[in-house]
Amino acid sequence: MASQPAWMNSLFTYTGSSSFSEFLGVHAPNLLPRNESLAVPVGDEIPHATTIVAATCAGGVVMAGDRRATSGNIISQRDIEKVFRTDDYSCMGIAGTASTGLELARLYRVELEHYEKTEGRSLSTEGKAHRLATMIRGNLPMAMQGLVVVPLFAAYDPSRDSGRIFSYDVGGGPYEQQEFHSIGSGSIFARGSLKKLYREGASPQDTVLTCLHALYDAADDDSATGGPDVMRKIWPVVAVITADGFRRLPDEEVAEYVESMLAGRKTAPEGPTAPLR
Amino acid sequence: MSIPFGGYASPEQIMRDRAEYARKGIARGRSVVVMQYADGILFVAPNPSKALHKISEIYDRIGFAAVGRYNEFESLRLAGIRYADINGYTFNRNDVTGRGLANLYAQHLGMIFTESIKSFEVEIVVAEVGDSPEDDQIYRITFDGSVFDEQGMAVIGGQSDAVAGRLKERYSEGLPLPRALDAALSALTEPGGERPPATQLEVAVLDRGREHRKFLRLTGPRLEKLLEAAKESQEGARQPAGEQPGEASAGQAQAGQAPDTAPPTAPEGDIDTGSGE
Repeated sequence: MASQPAWMNSLFTYTGSSSFSEFLGVHAPNLLPRNESLAVPVGDEIPHATTIVAATCAGGVVMAGDRRATSGNIISQRDIEKVFRTDDYSCMGIAGTASTGLELARLYRVELEHYEKTEGRSLSTEGKAHRLATMIRGNLPMAMQGLVVVPLFAAYDPSRDSGRIFSYDVGGGPYEQQEFHSIGSGSIFARGSLKKLYREGASPQDTVLTCLHALYDAADDDSATGGPDVMRKIWPVVAVITADGFRRLPDEEVAEYVESMLAGRKTAPEGPTAPLR
Repeated sequence: MSIPFGGYASPEQIMRDRAEYARKGIARGRSVVVMQYADGILFVAPNPSKALHKISEIYDRIGFAAVGRYNEFESLRLAGIRYADINGYTFNRNDVTGRGLANLYAQHLGMIFTESIKSFEVEIVVAEVGDSPEDDQIYRITFDGSVFDEQGMAVIGGQSDAVAGRLKERYSEGLPLPRALDAALSALTEPGGERPPATQLEVAVLDRGREHRKFLRLTGPRLEKLLEAAKESQEGARQPAGEQPGEASAGQAQAGQAPDTAPPTAPEGDIDTGSGE
């Protein structure tokens, strides 16, 4: 009995809120993402995840992320996944330090689920967005040392029957974004592309294509963002959230989208153009 | 210093009194049925309250059902969720098992039974759905911390023996969902009594075919449709029950002991006494 973890004694007696991370903070702080200061700031040595794009569509929202992680000028992983399902109606993408981001996504998923199970209802979309902001703020000391992680949160809001997008900075947030948004090193190029190709109220299928074009444009101009890898068959991660719930598109489906996009790019390498007038 | 009771009470007497007290409390309510069906595990509880649940999700593959005092089993439920979430977060999601949870409850209930003045007036079921019906597990845990590894079905609370008798007549392996629900409702309804309507029922399943989280609460139109299907399957289900006159008459005899009016204050027949038999 002496070797059992301290939290075992608190399982039956804890009377705090329905927040999982608060429970960890009180009874098992060692399980929370690291929050100590580093002797030397870490920089490029730690793998960084790059571009994520999200855009609303008719009755939902689409999020897509490329598959590259970089450490300085090295590509440290070609097939990393940076878009995560967080519950039935939401997902998050991460940019910045990959390890911290993965851990954050894992904790956030449990956080949403824990609330849902204990309270018997899901958090409101705003509630979910605020909760993520607090968790990002908690990482601020690490961010100052170079372990920056910034998420992008997208959710289907049943009370509005539409998709919503929230962005963050290292200090927290959330900042609700209209129509579309992107984060990460290639985000400026992706956003430029989205600006021209985004159509309000487009079908989820069209919006998926828009997002893939935006990622392609980001990969075109940003060395840290990976384009679709036709040789190795590594495609971007694409998630569509509608009233039917979260759905990650299977690789074969993404491959079809990518191939139709690449076919168009063969004749027009800069991609589709927006009408001038 | 005050001595409230002058006489000597033997440890056996104390334990017997506690067990008697707990059993009376548990028998006061309505029964809850947990049983296997073709695609997973079905939970059925007559429960007029929409807010105070007797059935709940604990983790991806694990469900929970309880009878007795609400505040007591609610604290067990919350502890189970904390236990499962913290283990799944520390290790991996499939490292959370029904067996581990059943052991945790057994430990806690056993400790309370021996050490507290009042034992918990609860009986709970922890059910875990596996990849195939052979991997399904149903554990019944009584107020004194005894764990029973049930095969196929478990009935807790109320006149559990009579209900279990009626359920056994209709239960067989691999029933489709409507048939299983019909069997559970027939068992929960006294012979000649009227079945509770959808608004008075709490129904949930652990569906092996679902992605991520297997637990699904059936409410509203979905439940009504299922009840309709269950009613239609009734004729089909009656047939095999009629072929076994011996068992059927035994069930009726048992039901005959208990009149259709108010439930008795204590169950008749053999029930676990808490003394390990």
